[in-house]
Amino acid sequence: MSDSVKLMDVSIWRGDATGGAYEHFEVPAQESQTILDVVSWVQQNQDTNLSYRYACRVGMCGSCAMMVNGTPRWTCRTHVKKVLDGNKLTVAPLRNLPVIKDLATDMDPFFDKWVEAEGVHHPSKTRDGAIELIDPENSARVEANTGIECINCSICYAACDTVAGNTDYLGPAALQRAWTLYNDTRDDDKQVILDAVSGKGGCHNCHSQGSCSVHCPNDLNPMKAIAGLKRATAMSFLKRGN
Amino acid sequence: MKRTHRGHPLWFAYALHRASGLGLAIFLPFHFYILSTALTKPERLDYFLHFAENPLVKVAEFGLVFGLAVHMFGGLRLLAMEWLPWSDNQKTLAAAALAVSFFISGTFFLQAI
Amino acid sequence: MLDIRLYMLQRLSALFMGPFVLVHLGVMIYAIQGGLSTAEILGRTQGSVYWFLFYATFVIAVSVHSAIGLRVIVHELLGLKGFALSTLTWSICVILLFMGGRAVTAVTML
Repeated sequence: MSDSVKLMDVSIWRGDATGGAYEHFEVPAQESQTILDVVSWVQQNQDTNLSYRYACRVGMCGSCAMMVNGTPRWTCRTHVKKVLDGNKLTVAPLRNLPVIKDLATDMDPFFDKWVEAEGVHHPSKTRDGAIELIDPENSARVEANTGIECINCSICYAACDTVAGNTDYLGPAALQRAWTLYNDTRDDDKQVILDAVSGKGGCHNCHSQGSCSVHCPNDLNPMKAIAGLKRATAMSFLKRGN
Repeated sequence: MKRTHRGHPLWFAYALHRASGLGLAIFLPFHFYILSTALTKPERLDYFLHFAENPLVKVAEFGLVFGLAVHMFGGLRLLAMEWLPWSDNQKTLAAAALAVSFFISGTFFLQAI
Repeated sequence: MLDIRLYMLQRLSALFMGPFVLVHLGVMIYAIQGGLSTAEILGRTQGSVYWFLFYATFVIAVSVHSAIGLRVIVHELLGLKGFALSTLTWSICVILLFMGGRAVTAVTML
């Protein structure tokens, strides 16, 4: 048994929608340890009342996203050694979302905006028609493919200062999804997508800060998608007046 | 230094664009007022221009010219990103906008002193 | 707080102002040489229809552009919205138009 286990000073935000504060825990450092391991250790050994979310713990579901030392990250894929500041760590719930309790946020606003951005399929055919062939090299398909790996983890939403300042703003993930449908050649109502992203919470509020693309754990580029939406809506406006 | 979600080049470009825009918007009413004194109080304008010989004023003018240049060139970068086909070199373009702005305002400053 | 109409107005006024800003920067670099004086400025601009048109158009574009830009900042940083936000936006535009118009007149009228 080692007699000098290194202890980390971990500050975890505790509270709910009415408010809260950081609570300090001393957590033993391990050789291979993720932030999710740290949070789980605290809940199992120090305070069973700590609330947090995770599911797959292997970086494919996005449930474990939290603010780690001020940056939104997947905690299951964040090695402690990569972010440890001296021997300190700070873990907080995702920014820009209402807190339910401790590290668990209410994802409803994120998903409501996902729906509001009209990133849904608008069909033109029935099941009785021939299967439409999609060329994977087609430039629109290539463009759509760059955005379809989004797993709705909300990290881009948490990283965005425009989301923080503008409660109507649909956010990077929702807009990127709309862009992937806009580029889907099978979609039959592109105008309805453009209209959905042209309101007072639409793509035109994006300031191209790029925090979304910098922090996306899947290396997606919502800033590029939103620029595409601006291009499409601007062209539509100049041609048709709306 | 604690890294937050803000410490990256394109975020600084956004912050500079916002700060320069705000600065210019605050400056404009003063600029318009001073110029309009040419109509009613030309000697007041001359007095102000004489005061503007002060080196500190020259530095402030450099800041104004830099602000105008960087706001415009940064804005042109945004217009290109939004309306021209996408290009992946946004950080390079942002740096170029900053460099050109510095060159222009530096030229002004050297002429002014 | 921008919908597509305000966005287009903002972007188009920006695009339109590009050449104006470049000329203005050039004029400033030229004019600042050897110091400024009222007589020197007015000697160039007074009575000139071209300078009047140039700066009058510039003032209109910048009033629109600034008002919309400040609208966004005030909404995102101070949370103002709805009728109050629109009133502020229009007020800024009108004030800049008026003050700018006076400045253009002062400098180009005989």
